[in-house]
Amino acid sequence: MITAFKRVFLVGFQNFWRNGWLSATTVSVMVLVLSMILGLLMISVLTEAVVQHLENQIDISVYFKPKTAEPDILQVKNNLLAEKEVKSVEYVSEDAALALFKERHKADTIIAQVLEELDANPLEASLNIKAKAPDQFAAIAKFLEKKEYAPLISAVNYYENQETIARLSSVISAIRKTGLFITLALSVISVLVALNTIRIAIYTLKDEVTIMKLVGATNWFIRGPFLVEGVLYGLISATATIIVFYPIMFLLAPYVDNFFPGSDLFLYFQRNFMTLWLILLLCGIVLGVFGSMIAIRKYLKI
Amino acid sequence: MILFDKISKAYNGHFALENITLNIEQGEFVSIVGQSGAGKSTLLKLLIAEEKPTSGRIFLDKQDVTALPYAELPFLRRRIGTIFQDFKLLSQKTAYENIAFAMEVVGKSKKEIQEDVPQVLQLVGLEEKAKQFPNQLSGGEQQRVAIARALVHQPDIIIADEPTGNLDPLNTWDVIRLLLKINELGTTILLATHDREIINTLNKRVVSIDKGKVIRDEQNGRYIL
Ligand SMILES: Nc1ncnc2c1ncn2[C@@H]1O[C@H](COP(=O)(O)OP(=O)(O)OP(=O)(O)O)[C@@H](O)[C@H]1O
Ligand SMILES: [Mg+2]
Repeated sequence: MITAFKRVFLVGFQNFWRNGWLSATTVSVMVLVLSMILGLLMISVLTEAVVQHLENQIDISVYFKPKTAEPDILQVKNNLLAEKEVKSVEYVSEDAALALFKERHKADTIIAQVLEELDANPLEASLNIKAKAPDQFAAIAKFLEKKEYAPLISAVNYYENQETIARLSSVISAIRKTGLFITLALSVISVLVALNTIRIAIYTLKDEVTIMKLVGATNWFIRGPFLVEGVLYGLISATATIIVFYPIMFLLAPYVDNFFPGSDLFLYFQRNFMTLWLILLLCGIVLGVFGSMIAIRKYLKI
Repeated sequence: MILFDKISKAYNGHFALENITLNIEQGEFVSIVGQSGAGKSTLLKLLIAEEKPTSGRIFLDKQDVTALPYAELPFLRRRIGTIFQDFKLLSQKTAYENIAFAMEVVGKSKKEIQEDVPQVLQLVGLEEKAKQFPNQLSGGEQQRVAIARALVHQPDIIIADEPTGNLDPLNTWDVIRLLLKINELGTTILLATHDREIINTLNKRVVSIDKGKVIRDEQNGRYIL
């Protein structure tokens, strides 16, 4: 039993080595395929970051009538937080709103002057509300229409922004859907390319398989070394891919971060290095092993 | 031991073998002769189930070879050592490994393999070429590796399809003497050849095939076509 195991490994390694060119081309194609998969993975991470960034930009604000007591506003805030659609609520008091306004327009002397001349704060306190998903704002706006809130609220800016929010939310879902579709399509193509390469590799060895059968080898006796080779294909190509990606990600990251501030792609890559490697390893080995087993099947029928 | 029972084999409607019935006893040395294309190789291929007959059945010790499922075929083939007309050596393996492969297949231990393979290599005069790959060997050397592989695991039956086709006269007689000796030890031998000299010297059973039919089958036969 142990001898058989040793034989399978030895012969598997030996075949891999002796079919040098064949192994090298197969591994190269698999590196390309795994790079594709890893690239898609990174792009979808990036897309998700961008989409979330976009989603975070969307909020609606409720403005409260002047002189509304702070506890009343905080009560509304708590009620909002209890709603399942609401992700976060930020309270901006009248003073805070004024400070913010001044800060934003500090370069503009006219505005500063006007503000000087006013003796009362013209700005209203507000709650900035973010939803868990962009299509939930309608429900939140509806919630704020309740009779009990009417005396407090001066305006909800949902209705003016309704169209923009809807458009943004449809853009977001379009990005997600197209992303998913492209990822799936390219993954399927990559997998087919990998399987076909392995099929060709095995095709060149079909006479060997036939001879082994005619000499009396059982199917598993023949498959064993091919299994080992399949694992080797996966192991080597996954490792090569992740190693090649490291400097690429390092060099690419600054440009990506320029385009999509805060995406921190390289950091993500570094943090998840092991996980990504394991994913590639799994893909590579599954492709290598299943590819070989499927390809060898018809040559064993003799 | 071996019974071909009304065997016919057609390739694309053309009969390579027609209604062959042949009984071979254990320990026999049977030569199958016939012109090129007569159907000798086809007959031998049917015995190891490399090809399936169009009709008829083949029995090996009461077991119907033609009805065996794929999973059983390896065990049938292990009982038969085949010297293929086209050698069928594994191109990825050295001479030594090709011969060792036949022993690994039947589950021989590493020790047995290390003892027997060099012996057999010596028997066919290739002890110096053990580490060479088939494409680094001459035609005759390849043929001798094929011979060594067929007999190294001591099968019950040896099928020798034109085993001396690429050998010089000296080597040819070495191989024939080897086959005779193995036969004396009890192994059944099926030899396909169109070498008149061999047949006439052997003085064993000769089955003559012409255009897929047995035209003569005689003990102590001679080569007549
Ligand atoms: N796979 C095949 N497909 C079609 N025809 C075949 C096939 N194999 C053999 N034949 C035909 O069957 C006939 C018998 O072939 P076979 O190989 O048995 O001849 P043979 O007696 O061994 O000849 P040789 O002495 O040249 O080896 C030939 O006419 C050959 O063309
Ligand atoms: Mg022939």
